[in-house]
Amino acid sequence: MTATTAAAAGTSTKASESLIRARGLTKRFGAFTAVDGVDFDVAPGEAFGFLGPNGAGKTSTMRMIGCTSPISDGELSILGMDPRRQGADIRARLGVVPQQDTLDNELTVRENLLIYGRYFGLSRDECAKRADELLEFVQLADRGKDLVEPLSGGMKRRLTIARSLINEPDVMLLDEPTTGLDPQARHLVWDRLYRLKQRGVTLVLTTHYMDEAEQLCDRLVVMDKAKIVAEGSPRQLIEQYSTKEVAEFRFAPGIQETLEDQFEGLADRVERLPDRMLLYAEDGEAVVIAARERGLHPETVLVRRSTLEDVFLRLTGRSLIE
Amino acid sequence: MVEHRALQYRRTFRASLFGSFGIPALFLTAMGLGLGGYVDRSADAVLNGVTYLQFLAPGLLASSLMQTGSFEASFPILGGLQWSKIFHAMVATPLRGRDVALGNLAWIALRLTLVGTIFGIVIVAFGASRSPLIVLAIPVAVLTGVAFAAPIMAFTATQRRPDRFAAVFRFGITPLFLFSGTFFPIESLPSFLQPVAWLSPLWHGVDVCRALMLGTIGDAPLLALVHVLILVAIATIGAFLAIRTVDARLEKG
Repeated sequence: MTATTAAAAGTSTKASESLIRARGLTKRFGAFTAVDGVDFDVAPGEAFGFLGPNGAGKTSTMRMIGCTSPISDGELSILGMDPRRQGADIRARLGVVPQQDTLDNELTVRENLLIYGRYFGLSRDECAKRADELLEFVQLADRGKDLVEPLSGGMKRRLTIARSLINEPDVMLLDEPTTGLDPQARHLVWDRLYRLKQRGVTLVLTTHYMDEAEQLCDRLVVMDKAKIVAEGSPRQLIEQYSTKEVAEFRFAPGIQETLEDQFEGLADRVERLPDRMLLYAEDGEAVVIAARERGLHPETVLVRRSTLEDVFLRLTGRSLIE
Repeated sequence: MVEHRALQYRRTFRASLFGSFGIPALFLTAMGLGLGGYVDRSADAVLNGVTYLQFLAPGLLASSLMQTGSFEASFPILGGLQWSKIFHAMVATPLRGRDVALGNLAWIALRLTLVGTIFGIVIVAFGASRSPLIVLAIPVAVLTGVAFAAPIMAFTATQRRPDRFAAVFRFGITPLFLFSGTFFPIESLPSFLQPVAWLSPLWHGVDVCRALMLGTIGDAPLLALVHVLILVAIATIGAFLAIRTVDARLEKG
């Protein structure tokens, strides 16, 4: 929040502190507006996330930052440069992990890294040196001579991450880095990204997984329907838009619909989902006890801490993953 | 720019060397042997003292490169844009859409040079060229191939599936192969069809290659120049279109 206000104040020194700065950033495809006038700032060294459901405009925003998709309207500055005029210079300092892997299946794991380094104008020796280091880093050193095709989804993802690091980027753009991976593979990716962050690499990522956002992001914006609906650290967002705890009540089929006012006053806020009721309160257990006293008998009860999912539900009235 | 293109050759070179080397070599050997049989039976007088093999060889040279160029601008390009999406990975680096388009065209030209040179060696081995100017016929045939590759690449970049390639080959490439003076002089066509040959890029290429290889280029140098300029124009316009469509496609994601 402070970064935003400082940058918005507009003095040149302050503005240069943010690595990426967007004001009124808009992307239109014909009559369709994919990104509708968003403002955000990414500070050096932070992990910044775009959280939102599919179709919220996250990927379009990332592609504009990655200088592969021209902006339709508004301002965008990346590393102090203008993507309209200095796209190639900006891209030279970015590491991009696209949503879909774009590896060359006809080459070996190591060749994929070598060739990619050559696109950044690195010498062959330098490419070879970096490729070996990066294969080590993403734990693929023993697969260097193998073709890409038979690798598992998690390995391909790690190779894509290694490839994006070949130019030693200042900023990494990760579009849904762990979508489609199994839990173990996800944790391995998160661990590598966390190490990169510790080395001072700025991470910009999109995700529709709240746990990913909570794990990785220092700060994030919640996007919905082409707009930013909230901004802050995961903790700030939860404090601001939700309660500390949530009690989830599941009733036998048909019962929930018959319960009209019985939840009145039980919790700070009640969300009615098709399959369950969410009761938001500082003390979830107290809600459960109070509900029992009123004669409510849910089939299952779960008391948990609020997550970004609850923030999203509050902000948009919808779930993140539908 | 130049370095980027050079790097792209390298990438594609490695990727496709094995797959694409063998096929033209086989094709050439089969055609060359098959043609040997014709030579014996051809009557000298029909083609003004030129054997049929000598007549046919330049036509095959140019049309073979047309086919290779057309193929290379269709499936492999769609692959990079749509299937493996490696071209999308390239534009996340300092490369731009135009580098991808021109780099691929440069690669196709290089591959055509390779295929054309092998073809030329086979032609010479069969004694099917009457002039050392075959050395110039090869670049003309390469130019012919590029004149097909560039516009086809522009078309490919507008496609998401390969469905329409079959139509391009069936109704575009194959008729041109048959009716552009490859197998018989266009003078053998009904007179109303002869001007149509001017619309065929392949005929321009075949005519120049034949004049060079038969050693008759001196008879009509101006006509040869016009042919070459037409091919250069088609290749250039095609390249501009390809830059535009490839760029637009990569921007769309």
